[in-house]
Amino acid sequence: MSKENNIIRSSDIFLLKCQTGIRGMDDITDGGIPGGRPTLVCGSAGCGKTLLAIEFLVHGAIKYDEPGVFMSFEESSEELAQNVASLGFDLNELVSAHKLILDHVSIEPGEIEETGEYDLEGLFIRLNHSIDSIGAKRVVLDTIESLFGGLANESILRAELRRLFRWLKAKGVTAIITGERGEGTLTRHGLEEYVSDCVILLDNRVEGQITTRRLRIIKYRGSKHGTNEYPFLIDEMGISVLPITSLGLRHVVSSERISSGISRLDTMMGGEGYYRGSSILVSGTAGTGKTSIAASFADAACNRGERCLYFAFEESPSQIIRNMLSIGIDLEPWIKQELLDIYAVRPTIYGLETHLVKMYKLVREFKPKVVIIDPVTNLIAIGSDTEVKSMLSRLIDFLKSNQITAFFTNLSHTGAALEQTEFGISSLMDTWLLLRDIEIGSERNRGLYILKSRGMAHSNQIREFLLTDDGIDLVDVYLGPAGVLTGTARIAQEIQEKAAQNLHKREIEQKKREIYRRRAAIKARIAALNSEFEESQEDFDKLTQQEEAQERTLAEEQAKIAHLRAADKPNENQ
Amino acid sequence: MKNIAERTGQGSEKSEADVYVLRLYVAGQTPKSMVAFANLKKLCEEHLAGKYEIEVIDLVKNPQLARGDQILAIPTLVRRLPQPLKKIIGDLSNSERVLVGLDIRSLKE
Repeated sequence: MSKENNIIRSSDIFLLKCQTGIRGMDDITDGGIPGGRPTLVCGSAGCGKTLLAIEFLVHGAIKYDEPGVFMSFEESSEELAQNVASLGFDLNELVSAHKLILDHVSIEPGEIEETGEYDLEGLFIRLNHSIDSIGAKRVVLDTIESLFGGLANESILRAELRRLFRWLKAKGVTAIITGERGEGTLTRHGLEEYVSDCVILLDNRVEGQITTRRLRIIKYRGSKHGTNEYPFLIDEMGISVLPITSLGLRHVVSSERISSGISRLDTMMGGEGYYRGSSILVSGTAGTGKTSIAASFADAACNRGERCLYFAFEESPSQIIRNMLSIGIDLEPWIKQELLDIYAVRPTIYGLETHLVKMYKLVREFKPKVVIIDPVTNLIAIGSDTEVKSMLSRLIDFLKSNQITAFFTNLSHTGAALEQTEFGISSLMDTWLLLRDIEIGSERNRGLYILKSRGMAHSNQIREFLLTDDGIDLVDVYLGPAGVLTGTARIAQEIQEKAAQNLHKREIEQKKREIYRRRAAIKARIAALNSEFEESQEDFDKLTQQEEAQERTLAEEQAKIAHLRAADKPNENQ
Repeated sequence: MKNIAERTGQGSEKSEADVYVLRLYVAGQTPKSMVAFANLKKLCEEHLAGKYEIEVIDLVKNPQLARGDQILAIPTLVRRLPQPLKKIIGDLSNSERVLVGLDIRSLKE
């Protein structure tokens, strides 16, 4: 703790603030409107001045125990009570509980004749009586400028109004004075001259046939306040002003990882999935499976027991449920368990700011851990690039600061560079998945790759993305010399490769067989030669034997002859 | 100044339709109120002698009465009868306009 924090700043001492109780209003006014002083709320017809004023009183009476007086110069008490009954405010009950006084001041110009000097002491007495009778702390004068229509003597009126505002200040009540917007001035009769502590301007602008309500604090003496135009909503809960500004880049980040619902995709991101509280963008052309990836993520979140808010700008909830059932993702039980809420609305129904305010409101009410916006591109139809970008950056900041993981889908158009989003929101995203059509051989297949993923190791490979009956599956694509192949081309290529391999095998076998045959032939020849060789040996042996036999026979013959001739016997034994 | 109805003698016998029932709203005894009352009294005596009644209501004493007749300006003169309701604000110094405002045709005519 630094020492400065203990120093009471002068603003804390002097400026008393009065909480309006209107959601968001007290944030942008840094604590409320000036207490004990009048505040001017101006704006054109139908922009919610009276409602703001009534809410100020109702919240005062209920939440802050500060009774209030509503002095109406336009609507009667009955009309007022009826008008706000739809917002759940029971004025009559507050009136009977002495928490509120409704006083209708009607001035019929035709009824009144003016002769000579007068003042508005009657009004003062009336107001004073009302304030005192219930101890009111809050006063609304709606719209006091109507007096200018009923009373002709403007100089008296102006003097009296000046006196009235001084009197209100002296009385110490916090007052809201409403005023109709004039040409070139804040109010028709220049009330801003008299009420100068705090001036709030309400606006209801139409752009492209869509109206957006905006609120701006024009001045607030002695207090810091938001200077922007803040969009606000009037719905069944009354007014909500949402201080939607860029909250700055100060959010705490989590290093917790959450599954994308597709195990193979988790593997691609280091095996763990997205970071909690990060922003994820999936872009791709029509029919690439963006919603399926979103639904997988929603399913995974609900499986973890986390709440998921799904903003659908294209399909109705039942359509999403039906379609996702076809790929084996059943979202219906999650809706029944209130883990999932699908908020489907056409983007063109509101302006961008109103959408943003609605989203804020829903996020605050539903408190999801995961928010899906499908597709974010549809919002571009209702705003310019810069507006959409500013809206999204504020939305992302808001979600991030609440540690909500944001998942956006982005429809990119065929022909446009894929690595480009329409309004340059890619820089706002932490993880960017790109789905692309791979068209090969008159066939379209889906490819998925991670274009970027801040702060984590991730695969840089393209995976083929299959939508099966059991959900999403990612398979390796064929990476061959001919490039990336998917789908049947991948299968065909695989078959082809197998065939080539078979052929090769056969060729080798054939060659082997040939060699074998050749070797066999050689062997045979060797055998033949051997036998020839043996034959010739035999012949040789035969010839030798024959010769020996002949010689023997010859020797015998000679011996016989010699015997016959009686030749002396050679000494054969010697 | 009195806070009660002040009815001149003869007026009570007249039929209701001819009676002017007037209420003057004031806030305390301010000079403006005094002037207004004096002017009114004089005017009535001149033009409506005997058929008018004036009720002076001091809002300082009875602030809750301001609501009923939708009183803003002080002084305000309200013509409650004859119908319709008419209001004249101011100190009634311009008797011409008061006569027109109260829709009184002078008795002197």
